[in-house]
Amino acid sequence: MRTILHSDCNGFYASVECLYDPKIRNQPVAVGGDAEKRHGIILAKNEIAKAYHIKTGEAIWQARQKCPELVVVPPHFDRYMRFSRLCRRIYADYTDRIENFGLDEAWLDVSGNDADGEAIAQEIRKRIKDELGITVSIGVSFNKIFAKLGSDYKKPDAVTVISRENYREKVWCLPVEDLLYVGRSTKKKLNQLGVFTIGELAALPLSLLRGNFGKWGDVLHTFSNGYDASPVMYADESSAVKSIGNSTTAIRDLENDEDVKMIFMVLCDSVCRRLREQGAKAGLVSISVRDRELSSFTRQHKLNVPTDITEEILDAAMELFRESYHWSKGIRSLGVSVGELTPSGSPCQLNLMNDERKRERMERLDRSLDSLKRRFGTFCVRPATLMKDTALSGFSPKEEHIIHPVGYF
Amino acid sequence: MKQYISVTAKFDAEGNVLPLCINWDDGRQFPIDRVTDVRFAASLKAGGAGIRYTCRIQSHEKYIFLEENRWFIENDKAG
Repeated sequence: MRTILHSDCNGFYASVECLYDPKIRNQPVAVGGDAEKRHGIILAKNEIAKAYHIKTGEAIWQARQKCPELVVVPPHFDRYMRFSRLCRRIYADYTDRIENFGLDEAWLDVSGNDADGEAIAQEIRKRIKDELGITVSIGVSFNKIFAKLGSDYKKPDAVTVISRENYREKVWCLPVEDLLYVGRSTKKKLNQLGVFTIGELAALPLSLLRGNFGKWGDVLHTFSNGYDASPVMYADESSAVKSIGNSTTAIRDLENDEDVKMIFMVLCDSVCRRLREQGAKAGLVSISVRDRELSSFTRQHKLNVPTDITEEILDAAMELFRESYHWSKGIRSLGVSVGELTPSGSPCQLNLMNDERKRERMERLDRSLDSLKRRFGTFCVRPATLMKDTALSGFSPKEEHIIHPVGYF
Repeated sequence: MKQYISVTAKFDAEGNVLPLCINWDDGRQFPIDRVTDVRFAASLKAGGAGIRYTCRIQSHEKYIFLEENRWFIENDKAG
């Protein structure tokens, strides 16, 4: 039988900030984005702030209404990266099967002849507290999904064991939305079926789930019954990148195509440089648009020939945008991402209508620009268009956003 | 409070680092008589985490931390 641990750093960003500033440790603390640049949302909060019902993702001014004495500190991503690395180093003393899930969560497979999962979990919990000064909660179970539920069961600084003997009491009474991948809309659908707990979900006939959720029905059935058998990846196995994207909230509302093009230029520059660093080409471009009333949509477009050329990706993004947006409102934020990645070297069907010589020239240009930017920074060489409004275009997503959300599959 | 300090240290052939002497800003030097313990630890008092050296300095026991590439001590005085 497998022994899987899921370790979750409690209020990670806020805990690290509280460690570094003893003065704020006993106050309600939240880490927030830069309100001046309109990134003013709560990224994380400590336990004291949690008691005021402050939620990750809400605006700082909303949080202040609930808790006027809230201390909001700016994020230090370099510190979070370091602490994530340090946690991982501790995990590595127990197993080489460590699968990170974002910066602050990880699964560990500690299966062995006589592995005592709970004892290992307690030791890790204590070491992280002593050595790093932050706390984790750890779930111990026989599959990844229940281990994750275990780490949410009791926090902070706690260990919860969910065994084959007790999972019916511990897991099945939990609300169905606690299960990984049961989001708002799945929850709503399940509630309509009269399913409110994980136990009720587990008891539902598979055929009924399939009928309502398609292949997700199988996943829900597997997760809720504890049948999940997906392995914890080895530490040196970095999961293959499936897509690369960047998005930003502009410092002011965007009013016309020219503004949008400026933002897309900066985003595509970052996305394409990351794409080329991965040695990949993209077959799919998608954009996301959010207007000032916060309603948003995404559109995607399949490319005829996979590419890593910045200009081609930018053109595709702009074309998608022109087709799908008609300027009834100003735009607040934009995103670009590329998918269907293939290795750069793989053969592809050339198109007689394309000027391949020109494409080769553009590839060489991109490579030269990449090496300049690597040595002298993103701002060393920029398209003249971006100089029209340097306040709007003066951000560098490649350096500023090194942390990307991850999915389970 | 966290106070960064200047330290004279020895790197041995294995790559281990051992602090030998604390150099105060005003020119005073405090040789470290003995390092009794080395481990990774957080400093809740100063706010940080790194390699913690338990040192005997003039018959006092004192923690010195190496955090990435800077040394700090836990200063009891506020400010």
